Amino acid sequence: MNKVMQATDVVASLSDGMTIGIGGWGPRRKPMALIREILRSDLKDLTIVAYGGADVGMLCAAGKVKKVVFAFVSLDFIPLEPYFRQARQQGAIETLEIDEGMMLLGLRAAAWGCPFIPTQVGLGTDVINVNPELKLVDSPYDDKEWLAMPALKLDASLIHVDRADQRGVCQIKGADHYMDDWFARAADKTFVSCDELVESDHFYSEDEARFVFWERSQTTGVIPIAGGAHPSSCTPLYGFDVAHFKEYSASAKDGGFEAYADKYINGKTEADYQQSVGGLDAIKALPLAVY
Amino acid sequence: MSEPATDYSLAELLICANAAAYDNDGEILVTGIGILPRIAGSLAMKSTNPDIMMTDSEAWVLSEPNPVGNRPADFVQKNETWMGFSRIFDNVWSGRRHITGGPTQIDRFGQSNISCLGGSYEQPKVQMLGARGFPGNSISHANSFLVPSHNTRVFVDGECDMVCTIGYNPDRVAKGHKLSDVDLRMVLTNLCVMDFGGPDYQMRVVSLHPGVDIQEVIDNTGFELCIPDAIPQTSAPTQQQLDIIAEIDPHNLRSKQLKDNPPGVRA
Repeated sequence: MNKVMQATDVVASLSDGMTIGIGGWGPRRKPMALIREILRSDLKDLTIVAYGGADVGMLCAAGKVKKVVFAFVSLDFIPLEPYFRQARQQGAIETLEIDEGMMLLGLRAAAWGCPFIPTQVGLGTDVINVNPELKLVDSPYDDKEWLAMPALKLDASLIHVDRADQRGVCQIKGADHYMDDWFARAADKTFVSCDELVESDHFYSEDEARFVFWERSQTTGVIPIAGGAHPSSCTPLYGFDVAHFKEYSASAKDGGFEAYADKYINGKTEADYQQSVGGLDAIKALPLAVY
Repeated sequence: MSEPATDYSLAELLICANAAAYDNDGEILVTGIGILPRIAGSLAMKSTNPDIMMTDSEAWVLSEPNPVGNRPADFVQKNETWMGFSRIFDNVWSGRRHITGGPTQIDRFGQSNISCLGGSYEQPKVQMLGARGFPGNSISHANSFLVPSHNTRVFVDGECDMVCTIGYNPDRVAKGHKLSDVDLRMVLTNLCVMDFGGPDYQMRVVSLHPGVDIQEVIDNTGFELCIPDAIPQTSAPTQQQLDIIAEIDPHNLRSKQLKDNPPGVRA
């Protein structure tokens, strides 16, 4: 089965009001080329579920978002995501603010077909007060009350990986695949952009197959876009673009997202975008972050 | 034990005080969020509690803590197991962890906030990070706090604007759960060390940093503290500790964490 498609095909298969999960973590391995394609589209009223970074900030700034399900939205070295911050401070978006681990449980519940997973996480905090949709339940096995973390069912997930074959076998060689396997499993459809499209024999050795974290039956579409995570990282291929994130962040104070989007996204192709940030070679030369 | 040093910075004093929080923890994962807590955990692992586990702050558990900041090109870290973010929660929920974090607000119950400030929840005046992993950390394992600037904006009157961590607040205990399940340990600030050893888990001053008067602590705290009759001075670092700290932090990043890098003993 050949699942290779274009970013425009991904957007065409999404619709207004959908709940969309986005893989990666903060400024790390985000499917930013797919996000840019959504920014160029008419899509709106999306519910976004993510360990958020500029993906969430840009979608908020462009008015694509009805609701964000989040534990944080941050660029790490720039702790506060500028456009998510603006959207929150303008009261422009609905929220479901939960703990990082609760999000993992919600994705697992969706992946496993459970309505919820019980947890003590969130008890005693305002997480249960500001989110009336979160319910507490009695345990049939003890006398305690538990938080019932609801399944975070996703209409679609967007993920970026190092490499994939045309059947949707996806490989992440960075030290952490984050929760991407759970995003793939929690979604009806999973679209995966990749830096490299490879032949299936690439995975034949155990040393390669060990870095495949979900089965190809969880992958709906494969979108080859070298450098497609920029300005986020795709370790070990390239680090995140510190200078670009600084410019992006500064644009919130000077010019606004319109100016950023006009310079980099609106009316541009992904090839135009990459040229405007120095070209693919420059992206691939971005140094890896030191933690 | 080597003799107390006489020339040390407040940052180094805080690192040593924070490290002491892990002395009796046994074999647990220590996570220090930020430079000073990370150096503190590393110091404890390299001195008083070698059973500690630490990560590389990315995806591996280390048998020896990494130095902070840029490392030489030929540096090879000493991994012992993979610990990506999904697996971190398996450790968190096992309870075998002690974290030191830096909240923006902390209240008399030891509840803390890193999410948002002011306005309404629907439209906060200042959006910060979000609750991150704080709710799960606070209810699953030991938690300490490091506050670089002790003032009434951090140590707030009333409750935090968005309570991200469970504390010793009887009104928030879920059915069947107990306040004693919560394990808040130390609160370290630029003025003093505190714990929750007062009556009904009241925050209590444990030691004052050299040259700090208790009145300054009281004036900069938005709620009533438990003040023992006799309050010792926070222990000065030893030269041995300072040597280990210099190894862990070869670029002296610790000198940039507190405004003007004040000395440990006030002039």
